[in-house]
Amino acid sequence: MSNIMIKIKNLTKSYSTFAGKVAVLRGIDLEVQSGEFLAIMGASGSGKSTLMNILGCLDAPSGGIYELNGVNVQNLNKNALASFRNHIIGFVFQGFNLLQRMTLVDNIALPLVYAGIPREQRNERANAMLIKVGLEGYGTYRPNQISGGQQQRVAIARALINHPKLILADEPTGNLDTKTSQEIMELFSELNITDGITVILVTHELDIAQYARHIIHVKDGQINFREPTKRMKEIEK
Amino acid sequence: MIWFMLREAFDAMIANRMRSFLTMLGMMIGVGAVIVMSAIGTGAQDVVEKSISSMGSNLFIVLSGSTTSGGARMGSGATPTLTLSDAEAIAELPSIGAVAPIAPGTAQVVYGANNWSTTIIGSTPSALIVRNWELESGYAFTDADVRGATRVAIVGQTIVENLFKDEDPIGKMIRIKQAPYQIVGVLTKKGQSLDGRDQDDTILVPVTTAQRKLFGSQFKGTVRLIMVQAISAEQMDETEKAMMELLHQRHRIRDNAEDDFSIRNLAAMAAAAADTAEVMSLMLGAIASISLLVGGIGIMNIMLVSVTERTREIGIRIAIGAQERDILLQFLLEALMISLIGSLIGILLGVGGALIAERFFSMSVIFTSQSILSAFGVAAMVGIFFGFYPALKAAKMVPIDALRYQ
Ligand SMILES: Nc1ncnc2c1ncn2[C@@H]1O[C@H](COP(=O)(O)OP(=O)(O)OP(=O)(O)O)[C@@H](O)[C@H]1O
Ligand SMILES: [Mg+2]
Repeated sequence: MSNIMIKIKNLTKSYSTFAGKVAVLRGIDLEVQSGEFLAIMGASGSGKSTLMNILGCLDAPSGGIYELNGVNVQNLNKNALASFRNHIIGFVFQGFNLLQRMTLVDNIALPLVYAGIPREQRNERANAMLIKVGLEGYGTYRPNQISGGQQQRVAIARALINHPKLILADEPTGNLDTKTSQEIMELFSELNITDGITVILVTHELDIAQYARHIIHVKDGQINFREPTKRMKEIEK
Repeated sequence: MIWFMLREAFDAMIANRMRSFLTMLGMMIGVGAVIVMSAIGTGAQDVVEKSISSMGSNLFIVLSGSTTSGGARMGSGATPTLTLSDAEAIAELPSIGAVAPIAPGTAQVVYGANNWSTTIIGSTPSALIVRNWELESGYAFTDADVRGATRVAIVGQTIVENLFKDEDPIGKMIRIKQAPYQIVGVLTKKGQSLDGRDQDDTILVPVTTAQRKLFGSQFKGTVRLIMVQAISAEQMDETEKAMMELLHQRHRIRDNAEDDFSIRNLAAMAAAAADTAEVMSLMLGAIASISLLVGGIGIMNIMLVSVTERTREIGIRIAIGAQERDILLQFLLEALMISLIGSLIGILLGVGGALIAERFFSMSVIFTSQSILSAFGVAAMVGIFFGFYPALKAAKMVPIDALRYQ
């Protein structure tokens, strides 16, 4: 197993609708190194979310090969996929997707429940994670008692709680103002640089994408081109 | 993990208090109905069984008079045709345990300032054997008393209560139709008969005394009926045939003529009564079980609504690594919790309801731990059975579709 996190070959995805078959992803080839920070950009409807969902094992491709962490994902059954989502992937959504009925600590600890970690350890780790994302003391709050930026931090904490190798974030700053967006991006950047976690994120904003190392542009279900960000160019110099 | 899930199930239940309560109500009513109905059913069955066993076993009653006359049913025993020598002849038959001729009537009984109207039964000492009735104190009158038609009496508990209060009746004289009778024995308590009569409201005197001194005009050497006890249940049919033949002979009844007596098999009637009581009790239980079923369907209905409403939540859980069985367990627990709490309350309501029925409608109710446990067990099974489909529906959701659900 090399340091390649994601390897995709000729990946396709099509939906059958009443208007016939719609090809959304039309042959994507992509390799992502471990430790990469990749931003995906492209027009609305170009297939970015579709790609992310496949990467996150939430959806199955129609064709092609997808290897994650050296494992061919198509060969995995439902339980193994659930285990992958639990242990290897952390997903951050545009709409936060926290459970409203639970406290923030319980929200963050939920993946550990499904990983079979005992209660005390769960709470300990969730509280530590809460501090890491800058929300110390908010443990007993509920999602509707905090701001959107804070909710997204909680969602990131939940994505990180089980030490994933890969963070997937689909427009994580889409619902946030510029300043809060920058704070969130600083957090991703830190996770990538200091913890070495691979991050893939979808965004429509170029200055958000600049926090990444590379940008890929998707057009009509295909990768148009790939380029290093300004920041990467500076580092490389 | 299981504690976390139980707490989650509890939280989910609390989050939808009203709805959970209404769903529980179905289970409460169902379980409550099962408990009440089975308590009343078992109670009724018990009453029947007790009065059957109080009647004596393997019994026949030979009644005076024909059963039908020209197609119209006549009151059996209206014209006494059986005699004491009939009874003696029956006693000579094989497979006969005991025979008691009965000449009954009603009369006013006086003791001191108290008087009481009751049933006087003229019979022989065998009456006690046939009816399986024991003496509480004193002794039974003897065959010599029967031969001599003496004025002695054995009294039932109701007579003791009404005429003697706290006095010991043995040896006391009571007056029946102006004549004095000495009490020689007191019967033990028997309770109600199958048809609800008070069996203890009775006085036993020698049959000859009844014939000659008490109800002389009514029975001129005859008796109303003869009670016959066969030795065993297996010999009942045989005995009935033998008695039939014997009485045909003795009464000189030709083959195509109408009988002037009739024989009833009390054991068969008792068995039929017991069967009826059991069927009743089963029917009550079955009807009550239907409400349990309806309660279960209510749970399924609500769980389906709940699963649909929480599609997005389920999607989130699956996205962060919940396995099928985690989701399945979560929703099963919720259904189970609702049905178990509902049935616990239902048991309390049922027990309370049955006690009220006992107290205010003087019904006899009996709780068996079996009926309570099975109501609880069935409720648990209802929860699992009707909770399973919604839970499975939740567990089988495709993550991406669930997450997109608005
Ligand atoms: N379940 C589905 N059935 C049919 N078509 C679908 C389905 N999901 C997505 N699509 C189609 O696939 C295309 C790509 O959708 P996708 O959500 O990947 O776009 P996107 O690049 O993320 O857009 P945006 O920037 O607006 O989020 C769209 O045209 C959409 O209509
Ligand atoms: Mg999208």
